[in-house]
Order: sequence, then C-alpha cells, then structure tokens
Amino acid sequence: MKKRYLIPALIILSVISLFVGVSSISIIDLLDFQSEETQIFLISRLPRLVAILLAGAGMSMAGLIMQQLSRNKFVSPTTAGTLDATRLGILVSMLLFANASMLEKMTVAFAFALAGTFLFMQILDRIKFKDAIFIPLVGLMFGNILSSITTFFAYKADVIQNMSAWLQGDFSMIMKGSYELLYISIPVFIIAYIYANRFTVAGMGEDFSKNLGLKYRSVVNIGLVLVALITATVVLTVGMIPFLGLIIPNIVSIFKGDHLQKTLPHTAMLGAIFLLACDILGRVLIYPYEISISLMVGVIGSFIFLFLLFRRKAYA
Amino acid sequence: MIQVRELTKLYGKKQVVENVSVDIQRGQITSFIGPNGAGKSTLLSMVSRLLDADTGEVLIDSTNTKKLKSNEFSKRVSILKQSNFMNVRLTIRELVSFGRFPYSKGRLNEEDEKMVDQAIDYMDLKELENSYMDELSGGQRQRAFIAMVIAQDTDYVLLDEPLNNLDMKHSVQIMKILRRLVDELGKTVIIVLHDINFASVYSDRIVALKNGRVVKDGPTEEIIQSAALKEIYDMDIPIQQMDNCRICVYFNS
Repeated sequence: MKKRYLIPALIILSVISLFVGVSSISIIDLLDFQSEETQIFLISRLPRLVAILLAGAGMSMAGLIMQQLSRNKFVSPTTAGTLDATRLGILVSMLLFANASMLEKMTVAFAFALAGTFLFMQILDRIKFKDAIFIPLVGLMFGNILSSITTFFAYKADVIQNMSAWLQGDFSMIMKGSYELLYISIPVFIIAYIYANRFTVAGMGEDFSKNLGLKYRSVVNIGLVLVALITATVVLTVGMIPFLGLIIPNIVSIFKGDHLQKTLPHTAMLGAIFLLACDILGRVLIYPYEISISLMVGVIGSFIFLFLLFRRKAYA
Repeated sequence: MIQVRELTKLYGKKQVVENVSVDIQRGQITSFIGPNGAGKSTLLSMVSRLLDADTGEVLIDSTNTKKLKSNEFSKRVSILKQSNFMNVRLTIRELVSFGRFPYSKGRLNEEDEKMVDQAIDYMDLKELENSYMDELSGGQRQRAFIAMVIAQDTDYVLLDEPLNNLDMKHSVQIMKILRRLVDELGKTVIIVLHDINFASVYSDRIVALKNGRVVKDGPTEEIIQSAALKEIYDMDIPIQQMDNCRICVYFNS
C-alpha cells in the first residue's frame, strides 16, 4: 500500500486499458493523426480511461468521507441510500423537464443526492443502537425505499427502460462529449484534501471536535455536499458503481489508518486501480463483448466485502 | 479562575442542573462528586461549552465564555469525555498532533512538533507513539488522550470520569498524572469522579452535587466527613485516617 507500488500499477493498467478493445490500435497507428485508429483512440479509448480514473477515485473518496463523518466503516454511497436518492433525482429531472440538459439533470440529481444523504445522517443521529452492522442495514433499507419510489414513478411514466440504464454502471457508452461532467470531481478532490484534517477530527465525534475548536456541523455539511456532488456526477455519466466506496477506503484504512490527509491520495489511487482492473477484466473475459462494470465490481466487491466483515471480528 | 454563575439546564421539564454557582480556583484539582443523575457531567459539559446552558453564565478569568470564539476557547479549556469510543484508526502520535489543531489547523510547524514530542515524552508514550489507538489497552489509550490535552496546552483541563473502565493500577496512574499536571505544569484540573476515595486522596477541592444542586463545596478535608457525606449520599460512611489519606469505608454501610 505504498505510493511507489500504486503509481506504477496505475500507469501500467492505464496503458493496457487504452489498447484493449474490439478494434486493435497500436502505438504506430497513433503517429498518423488522421487515421481511423487515432480517432477511435481520442473519441472512445481516452475518454473511457479518464472516466474510469475519475469515477474510481471519486467514488472511493466519497465513501471515505462518508465513513469518516458517520463514524462507521460500513457506510458508503451504496449503503446509505445516496446512490438511490441520486437515481430518484434523475427520474424527477426527466419527468419535470422533457428534454433535460446534462446540467439540469445534474442539478436535480445533486439536490436529491444531498437531501438523501442528509436525511440518512439525521436518521443516524436519532438511532440509539449504534451497531456497526445495523447502521448500514438501515441505510440499505432507506435506499430500497427510495429505489421503489423511483421504480413506481418510472413505471407510471413508462420510462423504466430509460431508468435501468442508470441502474447499471457502464463505461462502454462513454465517449467524447458525454463524460466531461466528471471533471467536477477534480476540484472536489482538492477541497476534500484541504479539509482532510477537519474530516479526521469530525470523525472522532462532536464533543471531540468541539474540544478542538472545530465547527463540527459545518464540516459535516461540507463533507456531505462533496459526497453528493461526486455521486451525482458519477451516476449521471457512468451509472451506479456499487461497493467501490465501501471496500476501497476499508482496505486503505487497514494498512494506513484513518488520518485522512495521509490516506486520501491512496484511497483515490486504489479506487482508480481497482475500477480499472475490473473494467479491463470485464472487457477481456467475454471478448469481443463486455461485462458491465457494475456487475464486475458487484461480484468482486461483494466477496471483498464479505471478507472484510469476517475480518472485522478479528481486529475490531 | 472559572466562575460558574447560576447555571441551569433543562431536559424537557426536568431540571438536571439547577441554579448552580461555583468558583473554581486556578492551580488546583477540583473534583465533582455526587450520586448518579446529580448533574455532574451536565455541569462539566456546560462549563466546557459542549452543551448550551438554558440560563446563567460561565466566566473564565473574568471573560464570559460565550464571548470567546470556539478556536480561542479551545486554546484555554480542554475537555475529555467519559467514553472516548475510538472507531478511528490513528496512531498515538497522530492523535496527540491533533491537540495542536486549535493552533495549526493540522499543518504543524516546528514548535507544534516540539510540543507534541514533549507531551508524548511526558506521558511516557515514546515507544508506543506509532501504535494504533485500537491496539492499545484502556490505560494506554487514556494516557494518549491526556497527552493530546497536554499538547493542546490549555490552562484548564476538564475530565469526565476518566477512570471509567480502568483497573486499579491504571486508575492510580492516571490520577498521579493529573496531580503532576497541576503541581508541575501549573494546570487547573476539573474532574468528575465516581470513586470518592480517589477524590479524597487526590483533589484539593470537592464540589458535591445532588439532584442538580450544589450541596457541598469546599476543601477536601471539609467534605470528606461523615456528616457531609451523609447529606450527599444518604449513607452512613465511616472515615479512616491512613497516613495522610482519608479513606471512606462505604462498602458495608
């Protein structure tokens, strides 16, 4: 879990990702700027890589912030209803504005993601029984309620097909012009890094934060805004990527602890590496077809999640 | 000096702390004692601004605490709450470094690093400084928190039942440390204690609360008296003098 391993891994996988696909592209083809290969490279391969890196880093970071602020290792956009709230937001934007632009969808999705996460944190405050496993269960239930509301209205409006596109994360549709929204996660990343120490302190509880003169509420609110922003952009451009925000921060925490200033870069990098590896695997396994990323991450991620659950008993 | 003036706290309609006024002298250990539900922790939380009082005010060295910015306040008063349930994986050194947060916001300069080193040395945690908090024993963890408070470098140190879940050896260790903080570093310590014998042996002054009111307030030897304790706890508690310590034998009373 050192940077000198993570960075080469990231570079190697990125290069592999650029050159894996139905149409074979070699570096020599790229020398000719007009060639079809170069066009494919620029329109499809490169955007796909960038989208994977940003989504992977972003979702893991969102998970890390949520886990820290909720003081629970099993809370993440997947297990706190954030993803489901975002999807509801996308549905609402589709119903309200017939031909919603990306930015309109983004705004509504962000508002719903934020409201959903905030609601979950409120529920969390009121729960007296703060068991490590119980809280994500509440979050999953909450997410499923939101999800069934979405399905109901999507069914009524006859847009089920359209909605299910957002249920499954998929990088195969990523092309130049459809993923640029993801660049929002870069400034978010910078803000998160600036706030890293405050998030770490806030993660030790309200009393602890107040003792150190930290404005607890506003730090938590900023964290939730960042999480909602990342989630909304990722779901809109790529779709739902489950488990990523859950497992990556946990793995990093085991090796590097919870000092966010130290672990944020690692978490972002490992998230990108993991997502990249899953994507390459999904493209290679049933070549020339593709397994969708949410399925790949879901299968691999749930095994790692189970492993973490059992491991937890050993070290908690 | 901390001056508590007519503090009141209501939970619903119940008055948990009722019109409490107390003066806490500098350079002493003051213990808050009393039965369960007497309002000791609530009072301590209000003094440290973790809770807002419904009425009344707290003055620190003649400044109303409400007038201090939270950052300024945290350079003068620190508080450790009873159950520092640590879910967060930090090393001792990382935790102690956060004691400098009010000064540096996490970007430690040389002086901050020096203060952290001193605090760790003072608590004898040098060998453990890179161990994670969740791998420590209760006593070591409590020492790490006190090291953090030392790094925070406040005049006033407030502790809410710091001996909870500690065995005898570690309880004594922590109390001795607090005594040293007062005698060597000139801190002012306010502590909520359950065990009156620790209060008797280690504190300079005792404030006894009952049903949200102050029932006794004075130097330790005046409070550790059978008559006074009867009033506080409704128990007949004989007192034995052993060397310089006054021990309350409450086990079979």
